[in-house]
Amino acid sequence: MPRLDVRQPASAIGAAGALGHARWVRLSHWIATASIFTLAFTGFVILMAHPRLYWGEAGNDLTPALLELPISRNYQHGGWDKRTPFFQDASSPISASRTYDIFNQNGWGRSLHFLAAWLLVIPGMIYLLAGVFSGHFRRHLWPGARDASPRLVWQEVLDHLRMRIRSATGGPQYGLLQKCAYCAVIFVALPLAALTGLTMSPAVTAAYPSLLGAFGGFQSARTIHFFTFVALLLFVIVHVVMVVKSGFRRQFRAMTFGE
Amino acid sequence: MLPAWPKKLPPTYGNILRMGDTLTYAAHRTLLPGEALVKEYRHDDITSFPATGTTNPADVTKLPLSDTYRRFQGGNFADWRLSVEGRVASPRSFSLADLKRLPERTQITRHTCEEGWSAIGQWTGVPLSLVLNAAGILPTARFVVFHSFDDWVDSIDLLDALHPQTLLAYGMNGRDLPIPHGAPVRLRVERQLGYKSMKYLHRIVVTDEFEDGGDKGNIQHGWAWYVGI
Repeated sequence: MPRLDVRQPASAIGAAGALGHARWVRLSHWIATASIFTLAFTGFVILMAHPRLYWGEAGNDLTPALLELPISRNYQHGGWDKRTPFFQDASSPISASRTYDIFNQNGWGRSLHFLAAWLLVIPGMIYLLAGVFSGHFRRHLWPGARDASPRLVWQEVLDHLRMRIRSATGGPQYGLLQKCAYCAVIFVALPLAALTGLTMSPAVTAAYPSLLGAFGGFQSARTIHFFTFVALLLFVIVHVVMVVKSGFRRQFRAMTFGE
Repeated sequence: MLPAWPKKLPPTYGNILRMGDTLTYAAHRTLLPGEALVKEYRHDDITSFPATGTTNPADVTKLPLSDTYRRFQGGNFADWRLSVEGRVASPRSFSLADLKRLPERTQITRHTCEEGWSAIGQWTGVPLSLVLNAAGILPTARFVVFHSFDDWVDSIDLLDALHPQTLLAYGMNGRDLPIPHGAPVRLRVERQLGYKSMKYLHRIVVTDEFEDGGDKGNIQHGWAWYVGI
């Protein structure tokens, strides 16, 4: 791969002492990869059982949806018996019996989802502590004040739009946009996915009802959980493209075996 | 108050998925306050409520108890009895009238289905703890097993069984519990997913040991036993 115009941000040069990914970073990376792929796959299987999203506390086939996804035979299946109102008034909520045999693989789907969630949460906690106390976050991931000059930001954006991607360094000397993307995943998207996931637990919200308040209810949390997955999926696609563009073999070896 | 790590955990059968379920169960029992109540809603918050799974045991011909259920249904459940047995000092059975004579509780809660939907409904019934105490639950008891007319067997631990919002519900949204929602009496286990709130109850057995319900239980069909999530 030809080496393109390299504009090393000042902080990356400053961190040049720490070449290569630390062993605990490499291990965390691949544990997270395994977990996130399993979560994404099982999450999709779970969504197939009820491919409707809502806002608020409650939502079901007898109430309007925010969004319906045509991803399983359950999409707008219409298999409902006669509608019986609970109360006298015209706008009364109703009951109806389901007559349709839905697609539902949630027995293994859910249990595997939660197993993968443990695999993300426990190593994730250790990773966050290690990241703070080793200085990894401060030195390698957190965008420094020197990175943030408008000219440098603009240059980075232009370089990315033109797909002028720096060749692999095999270590944590990251560009500004790269740092921002990693920080968004580590400090925003993954914690948000975990918290909205916990908000869907009736046992957890019994103990911490403020979670329901924070996300606007059970169904809102489920909807946010889904869009967090979409954001993470976009990140993974861009991440893999960048790894390939910057030299897949070198990057893969560096993240797996170290330099 | 922090409950201790459960002394005895449900079996995992060497299945990695059941191990994950058990980890979640142990974590909830260790880290979450055992007495926490679920959020209760206002009457205006009540929503439409789908009836899923069995919606009338009398219509399911392959069920051994469908004729019995039809007979009880014909008599408006006046002859229906709920038997409470196992590790209790005085095994006995309760008629609907017996249950309604016990102190009642009404709560508006969210039913959360494993499929992904949720619905808010008002439930009226007797706290399960009062029924268990009336039968004299023995100090060695650890689990409560439920048997339904649609031939399911499921169980909960004592922490959920004695929880103040765990009801034997005979009323829904201010009326008798409708047949599609589990008449005459269904369980409400508010801190777990909907499928633990078993419909069409006829028998309750208190046990010292965990029982998986065999092929009438969820585990052998690949579903988690504990679904507080």
